[in-house]
Amino acid sequence: MEKKELIAKINSVLAEEFEVEESIITPEANIKKTLMLDSLSLVDMLVLIESEFGVKIQPTELVKVQTFEALYDYLAERV
Amino acid sequence: MGIWSCLGKSLDEVRDSLYTGKSGIILDPVRKEMGFRSGLTAKVDIPDLKGILSRSQRAFMPEQAKYAYCATVEALRNAGIDQDYLDKHDVGLLYGNDSAVDPAVRAVDTIREKKDTTLCGSGAIFQSMNSTVTMNLGTIFHLRGINLTISGACASGSHAIGLGALLIQTGLQDMIVCGGAQEVNPFSVGSFDGISAFSTREDAPEKASRPFDRDRDGLVPGGGAATVIVEEYEHAVKRGAPILAEILGYGFSANGEHISSPNVEGPSKSLYMAIERAGISIDEIGYINAHATSTHVGDTNEAKAIYNVFGDRKIEVTSTKSQTGHEMWMAGASEIIYSMLMMKNDFIAANINFENPDEDSAKLLIPSKRIEKHFDTFLSNSFGFGGTNATLIVRNM
Repeated sequence: MEKKELIAKINSVLAEEFEVEESIITPEANIKKTLMLDSLSLVDMLVLIESEFGVKIQPTELVKVQTFEALYDYLAERV
Repeated sequence: MGIWSCLGKSLDEVRDSLYTGKSGIILDPVRKEMGFRSGLTAKVDIPDLKGILSRSQRAFMPEQAKYAYCATVEALRNAGIDQDYLDKHDVGLLYGNDSAVDPAVRAVDTIREKKDTTLCGSGAIFQSMNSTVTMNLGTIFHLRGINLTISGACASGSHAIGLGALLIQTGLQDMIVCGGAQEVNPFSVGSFDGISAFSTREDAPEKASRPFDRDRDGLVPGGGAATVIVEEYEHAVKRGAPILAEILGYGFSANGEHISSPNVEGPSKSLYMAIERAGISIDEIGYINAHATSTHVGDTNEAKAIYNVFGDRKIEVTSTKSQTGHEMWMAGASEIIYSMLMMKNDFIAANINFENPDEDSAKLLIPSKRIEKHFDTFLSNSFGFGGTNATLIVRNM
């Protein structure tokens, strides 16, 4: 999958699942703040990424994935 | 009062279904593919709460919590209670529920398949606990009084209302949201099907649930949720609440014998206790809503218990399970609402499919057709596995 296509899919599935406007998702934005995730809904983001992209992010790895850009890079390396 | 059932998604819809004798039973092909002996079930739509509750709130709710939410919204509205009132008072919550199988099964499947517990998701633990309904309703409506799930098998909803009335009588609460909820998914009743408890009359689903009929061959599982607001009388008067009825008596007992086969003595004791606590003559009771689920031994022993108590007095006895199937953890609460709808609208719904009595049901007055009748007091029975029994007596206001 091209990275541009991957980014579009990431934004789309996250906006759909967490019920936000896709337009507020920008590369430098903080994932938790933008998607209004608490410690519980953050778990659901990991479930969503595993089901959509087949990539398991361990909760301990989340410190490295704070922004959408970091998420795009993380998944681009693994998808 | 508020309800979400196979007979309708509002009190008005349910009243009309009771009046016309509609059956809520269907044959579910999915259950047959899963290897069920009987694919019969009540048809209950799962409410879509997107746009009504937040994603986070919905993530913690299994189907029965969604049914209970809808029933409670309707009940609070009808009782004239808004969120501002709930925020300023310590309102309690006692709700019957005795399973949360579907989310537990899905979580176990995930753990087995993925070998990663994180992938169960955030909602699994809250959805799969037996107290899921009360934890969800309590947090959604900001309830801060007593908060307990009542698990008394198929008498759960009835015990919830009875215990709510007791807490109010003792002055510990002014208002309690009471009710019962029941999941309808196949996983929740698969093992129940496995002990040959369900009717296999699949060629005529609407005729399968036939309480008291000689040719009954088992129950049909159903579900949904029913909520009643139980409130201290003076408190309700002061609030200007639309007062519908008074809970006159709550009787209970346990058989202390077989885990699934009921006896006659235990239910009789529950009936006597409710009548004694109500402080009324049995002649004042104008209608009996039986527990009768359409099983051979259950209906027979309840008919004997009712005859023990009421003798040859001809009081109409029906089981609304003939229309709804067995709503189990919900049944004690929903059958109070079904009876209330009849009492408020001057009719007794037909015990549909009652075509031929057996030796014991022949001693009771069981109308197979709807009758138009005014009555002001009714009695409702609920009995459950393990031999738990509950009886409520309610008077019109």
